[in-house]
Amino acid sequence: MMSALLKTGSLKMKIIWAVVLIMMCLAPLISTEFRLSLLAKFLALAILAIGLDLIWGYGGVLSLGHGVFFGLGGYAMAMYLKLQASGSTLPDFMGWSGLSGLPWFWEPFRSFPVALLLGIALPALLAFALGWFTFRNRITGVYFTILTQALVLITVTLFVGKQEWTGGTNGITGYNAIFGFTLHSAGTTIALYFITLAILVLAYLLCRRVVNSRFGQVLEAARDGENRVRFLGYDPAGFKTLAFALSGALAGIAGMLFVLQVGIISPSMMGIVPSIEMVLWVALGGRGTLIGAVIGAVVLNAAKTGISEAYPEGWLFVIGGLFVTVVLFMPNGLVGVYRHVVRLLKRRGEVVHVPVSQEKPKVY
Amino acid sequence: MFQSVRKNQKSTDVPVVLVAEEITVAFGGFVAVKGMNLKLHEHDLHFLIGPNGAGKTTMLDVICGKTKPLSGTVKMADGTDLTRLKEHQVVRKGIGRKFQAPSIFAGLTVQENLTLAAETRRSPLQALGIQRYSKISPAMERITLQIGLQDRVDARAGALSHGEKQWLEIGMLLLQEPRVLLLDEPAAGMTDEETHKTGRLLQEIARERSVVVVEHDMEFVREYAAKVTVMHEGKLLKEGTMAEVQEDPRVAEVYLGKRRDDHAVAATN
Repeated sequence: MMSALLKTGSLKMKIIWAVVLIMMCLAPLISTEFRLSLLAKFLALAILAIGLDLIWGYGGVLSLGHGVFFGLGGYAMAMYLKLQASGSTLPDFMGWSGLSGLPWFWEPFRSFPVALLLGIALPALLAFALGWFTFRNRITGVYFTILTQALVLITVTLFVGKQEWTGGTNGITGYNAIFGFTLHSAGTTIALYFITLAILVLAYLLCRRVVNSRFGQVLEAARDGENRVRFLGYDPAGFKTLAFALSGALAGIAGMLFVLQVGIISPSMMGIVPSIEMVLWVALGGRGTLIGAVIGAVVLNAAKTGISEAYPEGWLFVIGGLFVTVVLFMPNGLVGVYRHVVRLLKRRGEVVHVPVSQEKPKVY
Repeated sequence: MFQSVRKNQKSTDVPVVLVAEEITVAFGGFVAVKGMNLKLHEHDLHFLIGPNGAGKTTMLDVICGKTKPLSGTVKMADGTDLTRLKEHQVVRKGIGRKFQAPSIFAGLTVQENLTLAAETRRSPLQALGIQRYSKISPAMERITLQIGLQDRVDARAGALSHGEKQWLEIGMLLLQEPRVLLLDEPAAGMTDEETHKTGRLLQEIARERSVVVVEHDMEFVREYAAKVTVMHEGKLLKEGTMAEVQEDPRVAEVYLGKRRDDHAVAATN
């Protein structure tokens, strides 16, 4: 994994990568279990951010519906854990709602491999289907974004309404072990942390491969000139649909890991507000740079935890203020600011000032 | 239909590449093109002229699949009806389309623009397996020389001048080896020198393929057109050499009756 990361890029970048990864690997030594579990949660969310960046930053398609894909992954994992915890009895909330038998679609989730597969495949297929029908019909920009919001509303309403199947507003909770290991024991926390870190690195490498392929190039080209792409003989809808499905799959994986860290999934975690927050992670970190998405997800979630601990009501104001700030002053996010500073430092001392035209990427 | 076309062309012996028959296009209630016919031969440098709103650009849109006609067919020599295909499928049949405003990928380099155009493995799954950055191919080298951008391959396309952008777009289309090249006012907004360079480029291109140009600049048409089709209110008005077209009294009436600008006067001189 490390060697693959170190294969490309300048020597300086290789060193930075190595240092960051070693520090991440040493984190369990210096961190409490609680903090380590939090960090693992942030890293899980970073996986979602990478996928969201792929479709938004590179494909120019803004999805405000990633909460749904995240939620589907989360529910898949929670259903497996709940069935394990319930043993041969019916999951508790089903009994409260008056169900006498397990619904048929819960059955496959008894098996871990199947639950794992469905946690990736369901969000990927839903994203593929939504992408297929919209991109093929040339629905783009704000109209697509509104459709993704509608998807969130429909899904949340469905999950809340079908209490006997989904646990309603409470979601699915009340499990604390996987494969017999207690979720919050020290050993499990460390193991989950490393699993999450490894999956994040894999997801990053996969997406970097995608971005550095002809696929990524066409995706970016379609963002800047969809018509030209079409008249070069490419079908932009196919590219966007595939990217959106991959993005959905990554969100599903993030949801599964999230449930393992947090021990609960509920409709409020896949709703409108979380979906918008996800976009903000990418915007703050730097749209169109994979590492920016990771940084944004970790920084913003760490800030959310810190601020919510101190001022429980303050977070929504902070996030609203941040949204405005990023849109107005930091169109390319933290990575954009960093690059700007580096450029300024490099330029200092040079006699000729070459204006570097910085074209803002289109928002939609 | 094609048999009859071939028979008619026997005397000139230049193969027909594409035939558009009885094309009618309506936008809402407005009929932009009414029963228009257009026949393209190999090695044609065919100019499409006419007053504003005559339906010239719409005809190009129909041929390249951007606009679906209400009725009529656009058939390639092998009998494929292009009106039934999607844009990217029409492209793969050998139709290249240059839009009026330069449409290139400003954020990518000249070479990247050309690479995207030259790629023949265009499905998303195939694209996943190909490295983004590739070496410049001999064909790309030849094309950059032809369009005069051999020293600009590493420049960001957005940094090119207006004329260079237009040439880059033409170069991208040439890399696809189209049989028919459709250009919408390729010389608009160019300096005199750039305009002449473009004209010579078009003549060069037409040696290997069929080129259709929509143009308003009559000076340019007079200098470079091998064949001219005049459209008026969505219909074919006159087809022939520039000299034949200029002598036609109906053409003079259309231009003088509707618009008294320099171009119109020039067209009738």
